Amino acid sequence: MPVNENWKPTIVAFCCNWCSYAGADLAGSSRLSYPADVKIIKVPCSCRVNPMFILRAFEKGADGVILCGCHPGDCHYSTGNYYARRRMTLLFSMLDYLGVESGRTRVEWVSAAEGVKFSETMNSFVEKVHGLGPCVRLGDLRCKK
Amino acid sequence: MQEMIQRAKALLESGQVSRVLGWKKGETEFDVEPAFFDTAESLDGLFYNAFCGANLSKYLIEAGKKEGKTLVFLKPCDSYSYNQLLREHRVEREKAYIIGIGCKGKLTVNKIPFDGILSVQGADYPDYSENLTVETLYGTKHISYKEAMLERCHVCKGKEHVVYDELLGESQDTVDAERFAQVTALEAMAPEERFAFFQAELSKCIRCNACRNVCPACSCRKCVFDSTAFDSAQKANTTSFEEKMFHVIRAFHVAGRCTDCGECSRVCPQGIPLHLFNRKFIKDINTIYGDYQAGADLESKAPLTSFRTDDAEPGVGRG
Repeated sequence: MPVNENWKPTIVAFCCNWCSYAGADLAGSSRLSYPADVKIIKVPCSCRVNPMFILRAFEKGADGVILCGCHPGDCHYSTGNYYARRRMTLLFSMLDYLGVESGRTRVEWVSAAEGVKFSETMNSFVEKVHGLGPCVRLGDLRCKK
Repeated sequence: MQEMIQRAKALLESGQVSRVLGWKKGETEFDVEPAFFDTAESLDGLFYNAFCGANLSKYLIEAGKKEGKTLVFLKPCDSYSYNQLLREHRVEREKAYIIGIGCKGKLTVNKIPFDGILSVQGADYPDYSENLTVETLYGTKHISYKEAMLERCHVCKGKEHVVYDELLGESQDTVDAERFAQVTALEAMAPEERFAFFQAELSKCIRCNACRNVCPACSCRKCVFDSTAFDSAQKANTTSFEEKMFHVIRAFHVAGRCTDCGECSRVCPQGIPLHLFNRKFIKDINTIYGDYQAGADLESKAPLTSFRTDDAEPGVGRG
């Protein structure tokens, strides 16, 4: 798909309160830059993210959705991110199966000390989604043209 | 069938059960529907043939709220659904008396490609014939039993009942296809082709909710699709979120709990192969987390309510 140079993707990032949101905070206070296209939604834990949140984000116009949580083993609630990991594995596989471009979804584990990783992750993710162009497939899933 | 009626009558008359859940004949022998029988006399209307594909386990949720036991006839695959409802505490074991009945593969009239079907002979249980004789408005036609069989019977999970009080009748192996062959074929396609395929299939959907209503796993007291907070009351509104995502959301809600009973595909009036969604999740669960069959037992941990610390990362292996 030809991408308009001026087009900016809308990225939704679900970040857990304890690690990734603090990681984003650190990126900010360390003056590391990441694109303003990323809209962060703070969640108590990565496992708070119901697969419907991801679908809903796409429905509301997101072009890419990324979920960030504590590293496996470091969850504030001990095991939340392990459940999130299984759910997202299955959901992403299903989206892929439906023919939705696989680069539009991602999970990344970012700790509170990884401001650099947060900024790098967001930069690469935005770049990837920018290359894919606007997300139209999921919305058109039931509208044969 | 006479054996079933006699046994049901005996149990009803002895007071061991208060009602019987089975099937009754509609206008024709290929138009069969689930039915409750409260009296011994009414049991003469109990019917069982190769068109009794309906899975009766979901009805036991409501039947379990009534006084006394319900006698139910479960085919081998239905017993998986019942077992799954048991482990989710949606039904109580002591509220049902289960007679596991034999199954030799179930038919659907939708797979008989003739117009003006008047009657189908050769679909009796237990003595069916290899070839069905179909009387139509345009003369007598023939079709093999296997050709008219439901998709799920070609990939049958097995003819062993996983839960029962007694068994009745014989079963016959019907497997002649690989369970995940269709999913594998789709996975091998390019994303654009897959999208075109699913778009074409899902665009047929009229949102009648038949798949949700028949699904034994879709038995939540409160369903997201009944919520007034969304636009789901407007069934034909293709711009709403539920409209677009309905099948994806539904498939995820039953992921890890779907026994692959195939009822969704059987009841779909538009002929959408809905089992392809559920089977994709089952295939993924089997490959990534190890073989798991929902409803096979009451003890094993369900894949989405358990984890391993060394599970695969989401999206690994994708382009």
